[in-house]
Amino acid sequence: MSDEEVASSASEGEDLGRWADLFGLERPPEPEQDEPKKRRGFLSRMRESLAKPRQGLAPQLASMFSDRPVGPDDWDDLEDALIGADCGLETTEEIVNYLRSEAGAGRIVMGPDLAKALWKTVGERMSPEPPTITLDGAPTVIMVAGVNGSGKTTTIGKIAYRLSQLDQRVVIGAADTFRAAAIEQLQTWAERGDAELVRQAPGADPGAVAFDAVAAGKARGADVVLVDTAGRLQTEHNLMDELKKVAGVMGKVDPAAPHETLLVLDATTGQNGISQARLFGEAVPLSGVVLTKLDGAARGGIALAIRSQLGVPVVLAGTGERVEDLQPFDARAYAQAIFSPDDQ
Amino acid sequence: MFDALGDRLHGVFSGLSGRGKLSADDIDLAMREIRRALLEADVSLPVVKQVTNAISERAKGAEVLGSLKPEEQVVTIVNEELTRLMGETNVGLAMASKPPTIILAAGLQGSGKTTFCAKLARHLQKQGRAPLMVACDVQRPAAADQLEVLGRQIDAPVYRGDGKDPVKIASQGVKEAGKAGKDVVIVDTAGRTSVDEEMMAQLVDIRDAVDPTSVLLVLDAMTGQTAVDVASAFSDAVDFDGVVLTKLDGDARGGAALSVRAVTGAPIIFIGTGEKIDALEAFHPDRMASRILGRGDLQSLMEKAQETVEIEDPKDLQRRIKDGNLTLEDFLDQMRQVKKMGPISQLLGMVPGFKSATRGKDIQVDEDKLGRVEAIIQSMTPEERRRPDMINGSRRRRIAMGSGTSVQEVNQLLSQFKQMRKLMKQIGKGAIPAGLAEGLAGGQQLTHP
Repeated sequence: MSDEEVASSASEGEDLGRWADLFGLERPPEPEQDEPKKRRGFLSRMRESLAKPRQGLAPQLASMFSDRPVGPDDWDDLEDALIGADCGLETTEEIVNYLRSEAGAGRIVMGPDLAKALWKTVGERMSPEPPTITLDGAPTVIMVAGVNGSGKTTTIGKIAYRLSQLDQRVVIGAADTFRAAAIEQLQTWAERGDAELVRQAPGADPGAVAFDAVAAGKARGADVVLVDTAGRLQTEHNLMDELKKVAGVMGKVDPAAPHETLLVLDATTGQNGISQARLFGEAVPLSGVVLTKLDGAARGGIALAIRSQLGVPVVLAGTGERVEDLQPFDARAYAQAIFSPDDQ
Repeated sequence: MFDALGDRLHGVFSGLSGRGKLSADDIDLAMREIRRALLEADVSLPVVKQVTNAISERAKGAEVLGSLKPEEQVVTIVNEELTRLMGETNVGLAMASKPPTIILAAGLQGSGKTTFCAKLARHLQKQGRAPLMVACDVQRPAAADQLEVLGRQIDAPVYRGDGKDPVKIASQGVKEAGKAGKDVVIVDTAGRTSVDEEMMAQLVDIRDAVDPTSVLLVLDAMTGQTAVDVASAFSDAVDFDGVVLTKLDGDARGGAALSVRAVTGAPIIFIGTGEKIDALEAFHPDRMASRILGRGDLQSLMEKAQETVEIEDPKDLQRRIKDGNLTLEDFLDQMRQVKKMGPISQLLGMVPGFKSATRGKDIQVDEDKLGRVEAIIQSMTPEERRRPDMINGSRRRRIAMGSGTSVQEVNQLLSQFKQMRKLMKQIGKGAIPAGLAEGLAGGQQLTHP
């Protein structure tokens, strides 16, 4: 991804503005653009990147949402659609029961009412307010954790890129010292994002790297320190203890660090996502979820279950590999995109 | 969070008196619970429908046999049906009759392809083969570096080519293997999303360029409902021959295994069970069925024990256990052996009934505490270890000082050890608690109060 390509993206100004909002920074002046292109936001990008599911959720949704009275069969179809999006049984039943009661009270009569009510309730359940990450630390330390292969390193690279576009000085700590070549991968991202990388040799103590990164960030007057950690399955108690230790060591430089801890969650994850959020949250308090790989057929409904059951909201969502594909999360647009009958 | 299916069905059938055929209503109720259990294990919805239909058909005609509880019988049917759907027996990796054997690994981003390639290379090395790995992932930064680092760890060569054109790298890699006298070529490819047509086309090009013996789909065991879409997309594009299920060392129930097999018919060949490069195992459908149903996996536990535990003189140890003469030395030795098998919490998860017996409670074994116990025993003299009864107050104080623990901890260990010795003696005499014995034999009774 070259800088020219990023700049040529039609919605670049709007994208960056949304990132500025996320971090409570001033929106950069927007380049002159044609009106229609400017509106290309989260929703259209999600629609674009989501494939039509093969197992036929779309026809069911199309029929459910069509301009006719909602019938008894629709509730089963709705349940299937929610389960098919990985929302899990508990959350699915909650939503179906709620919508049924709304229909019972006469507030949902026709298909389009059902569609609107579904999008609204899913959006509200996921996050009633737009997400924010306040940059009030000196520097603000953001730690990124998650299971193997969820996309932590890529996420850090993309956040660093956006922050540097917003004139923030960024230091990245390569505390994934375990996975082969993780440091090299991060190096590439640091260069793209114009961030400083604090690293040690592979196999080094991750706590020491995190400590160095926060100390370096402080010494160099950085605005944000992003700390990458090794992927680990949440059931590995020793590795979860290590994560606790990494967080604790940073607290020695700044008692408030890490200010934010983000759990990176692959959108293809099924019900195991609950276990991930619960056990990672027990090790280090989570401030939010980064939902990655919301492309292809993945609906990421497990994030809704996580928000409902554990209260951790989605902060960022990734719809693809390009740097502009990671976006501050828009719950309402998300709901509309994953339960949309007209995605082609 | 997950109750074993047997427990739930027990609830459904608890009102059922008398024997004879299950009524249609009973079966409907049972099917609802089975559906829930399968969905919670991430089996894809269309596959759940298919499976519950098959189970329901079988259950309708089934007599409830005198000795079995209805829920046990239904669980047996479910288990058999899941096992059948996953292919009954383990399928091995096909080798070319004329070398080299070429294996192409494909899958979504982050499913674990690169790690799998190295694990497979290691696995084949152990069988006396000489693998060459080819790094065709030019997309992800440093992917080739990762493969190379892993290759160095196991002393297997990696071909990187120009690092630009994956199709060219693949075909040159195969030539390279011929020159270097390697009999297996393992081709790592870039991760992709199922809808990325460009990347999918590239995968097809690589396949056509190297004509692989097997194309393997690498799939994350934590995959949810998407598994069906992913499997059919890859099946349509490259028609894979087998599946590798990764990250099964966690607590994912792995319903994706069932979905993929049901939709594509391709067998699951390997499972990835850990971060270590040796953590690759053959797939066993019956064990997977148990896992999906939350029934534990005693067989894998036994195998793990046989692989890692070395007992110098098992007969002698058995005799001492029977006579109640177990020493603290034996205890320390056992503890170390168990620790070698992996995290204790993981081992406990394999014991049938354990998950449901402890349902809701997060049982965590404090591995630190085990370290303290080890320190206490090590601070004892050999004589004290053999005859713990001789450890009096002043000896306890010395041991506590020496191990950096407290007298209370030493006391606690000694009294626990005494109890254990008593229990062992009872077991040795054949007075095994009934529930435990049945639990070990059938994996059922332990879950019922």
